[in-house]
Amino acid sequence: MGATLRRLSEPARPAAGAPALRLPGTGDWTRPVPALTLTLFLLPIGAGLLGTLLPAFGWLPALGGRALGLGPWRALFAEPGLGRAVLVSLVSGVGGSVAALAVVVLFCAGCHRSRLFRRLRVVLAPLLAVPHAAVAIGLAFLIAPSGLLARLVSPWATGWTLPPDVAMVNDPWGLALGLGLAVKELPFLLLMTFGALGQVQAAQRLRTARALGYGPATAWLKTVLPAVWPLVRLPFYAVLAYSLSVVDMAIILGPSTPPSLAVLVVRWFYDPDLSLRFVAAAGALLQLALVAGAIGLAALAERLAARLGRRWLAGGGRGGGGRAADLAGRTAALGALGLGLASLLGIALWSVAWRWRYPEALPSVWSAQTWLRHLDALLPTTAVTFGLGLAATLVALALVVGCLEREQRGGRRPGRGALWLLYLPLLVPQVAFLFGVQVLAVRLGLDGGWLALVWSHLLFVLPYVFLALAEPYRALDPRFGRAARCLGAGPDRMLWRIRLPMLLRPLAFAAAVGFAVSVGQYLPTLFAGGGRVATLTTEAVALSAGGDRRVLAVYAFLQTLLPLLAFLAALALPAWRHRRRRGLRLPS
Amino acid sequence: MSGLAPADPGPDRALVLEGIGLRLGGRSLVEGLDLTVPPGEVVTLMGPSGVGKSSLLDFVCGTLDPAFEASGRVRLAGRELTGLPPERRAVGILFQDDLLFPHLSVAENLAFGIPPSVRGRRRRRARVAEALAEAGLAGFESRDPATLSGGQRARVALFRTLLAEPRALLLDEPFGKLDVALRDRVRRFVFDHARARALPTLLVTHDPADARAAGGPRVELSTPGMQQFG
Repeated sequence: MGATLRRLSEPARPAAGAPALRLPGTGDWTRPVPALTLTLFLLPIGAGLLGTLLPAFGWLPALGGRALGLGPWRALFAEPGLGRAVLVSLVSGVGGSVAALAVVVLFCAGCHRSRLFRRLRVVLAPLLAVPHAAVAIGLAFLIAPSGLLARLVSPWATGWTLPPDVAMVNDPWGLALGLGLAVKELPFLLLMTFGALGQVQAAQRLRTARALGYGPATAWLKTVLPAVWPLVRLPFYAVLAYSLSVVDMAIILGPSTPPSLAVLVVRWFYDPDLSLRFVAAAGALLQLALVAGAIGLAALAERLAARLGRRWLAGGGRGGGGRAADLAGRTAALGALGLGLASLLGIALWSVAWRWRYPEALPSVWSAQTWLRHLDALLPTTAVTFGLGLAATLVALALVVGCLEREQRGGRRPGRGALWLLYLPLLVPQVAFLFGVQVLAVRLGLDGGWLALVWSHLLFVLPYVFLALAEPYRALDPRFGRAARCLGAGPDRMLWRIRLPMLLRPLAFAAAVGFAVSVGQYLPTLFAGGGRVATLTTEAVALSAGGDRRVLAVYAFLQTLLPLLAFLAALALPAWRHRRRRGLRLPS
Repeated sequence: MSGLAPADPGPDRALVLEGIGLRLGGRSLVEGLDLTVPPGEVVTLMGPSGVGKSSLLDFVCGTLDPAFEASGRVRLAGRELTGLPPERRAVGILFQDDLLFPHLSVAENLAFGIPPSVRGRRRRRARVAEALAEAGLAGFESRDPATLSGGQRARVALFRTLLAEPRALLLDEPFGKLDVALRDRVRRFVFDHARARALPTLLVTHDPADARAAGGPRVELSTPGMQQFG
């Protein structure tokens, strides 16, 4: 039948009247999703920043501010303790995030060949799930003069029969806060670095360098770090921004007179003297400038390090066998992660302790009394926390799936700019725009309502859900989708019957991450809830000022338990659903 | 085996490609390709990797990546396909991997292909059972596809495609990953069923043995403007 084949040499011509070959657009619900997501994101942040900017220059008609001027700034700089507050923020924020980064680099450089390196991944996710406030509370239980560590070595080693009078927690320089931040941010940075390592063919780079005679740690620093850093840069900036402007951890671990800048600003916002709102707005902008300056400095330091590093690289030094680096990396990482885990243990102990005198290492009387007595308050608070987390997570999942699906159908990936936008709520200090958001919410009559609460949580839940889901979504073999389409399934049937079920595991994981982020939110709950909505986190932070460690421990325990259960469910659900599907089991 | 009698090879059921051009990032992959695949015949497209063989099949079934610029027309049984979404083209495709959906059982994989016009659970189930019997896999309904052998998976994949009642079949190196002993059997199995249903079949491969077994005309795809006959 060769006659049916004709060969024409004329050039390709466009099909007459045929539409451009795009997958059909009519009725495609994913089309408006990216724009909708961006609006949901940028609108409150933009409006919030504006709502902070205007009062900072004296404009807030509701409180009689109708003249623009520098009055609020003069008042701000006249506040006693402002300089110290800024210093505390810098010491704890920069110190904590740089320490976390240093541990990550040390651990990766020193231990990348060890079994520990591969196993650590497993414990990172649950540690990541623990809310900031819970880590802070647990750490306070651990390192306070009357804490677990002191009890373990007293009185036999120290001779202490009374807690020593040393400010281990709430120290005037914010060192305890810095430690808490380092412990809490380490799992996040490690996880992001592990993810990045997979994308830069680290093993291949190391093999090449090792074959050229470089020691393992030197090989990692010289060939892997320069490739990994661009992928870890944004997460690190987010950590830096968060650490500089954290409020809940700073209330629990930081000094109080004066506290760090962010705490000071929140205090002013809630001061009965309404004229302090103007000072608060100016302070919030100062906080924003602090974060921007720190990120700018980090970028500058990076350039400097790159220049020096080039010289070091070209110098050809091979480095040693890496034993010292291995030991140092191991000690630092295990020490920090151990502190995190021990904090959780302390919370669990205190929640069931009834009598626990100093310096006994364990409670002398155990009891579930604390739990039972507070049940009436615990149940509704837990329900609100759960409902809020669930709602924000579901909305975030829908938006993220919509964006990622749009990307597939449009065949176009967003550029690096989109990633920066995604990180925006994590880079801009919460106090800098949440105040404006609250003013807006009050204006629209939304404050304290679920819409405002879910929306404010969404701002922080969505970026993490996106980060958790994007990689697996893009990595799914597109031919499955094509096969489904050629079997007669429309784009939506393909999404629901093929793509989403195949992505059940990452979907569940992303949902757990989002839920954990929501449970941990302090400031957004406080602001969007108008101070009237209590979640486990706001209650735990409020209780941390009081005396009863047992009640505090109960709240912190529940606050940790909820996200942990979410992660357990995220493991169990796909495992159960796919129990008879070998093709979807995790490679072990 | 039943249903293998040659069907009416009416010329109006052919798959016709007219003046197909494919460009990616300014580079021309295929230019001015004209091709008619008559029903019940297997036309083989050959050529080194990277000349756009698979992209051409994507273009025919409507799943071409939007990054490509495409021109030309595709007609099947007199119907214009160009611009239609893949699910409305009635073009079946088999890939190098069987791409059985790993979260569905064998029966669910097959049922996914059956058009919704076949109503009623019982009738759909009967279709699946028939197909499995024809594939020599009777009773495999509840099996996990991951537990099947390569040959079994290939047969399930073929029947999943056939159950969707396609009017043309595209084969994107579907035998490439099978071991040699199996390849010949699966190949014959696929070709026999395609002929029995009088499907115009377009095979893409770089294995000359595939082309010989297909027995139909052969088109060599190389750099644009230089398509030759084999």
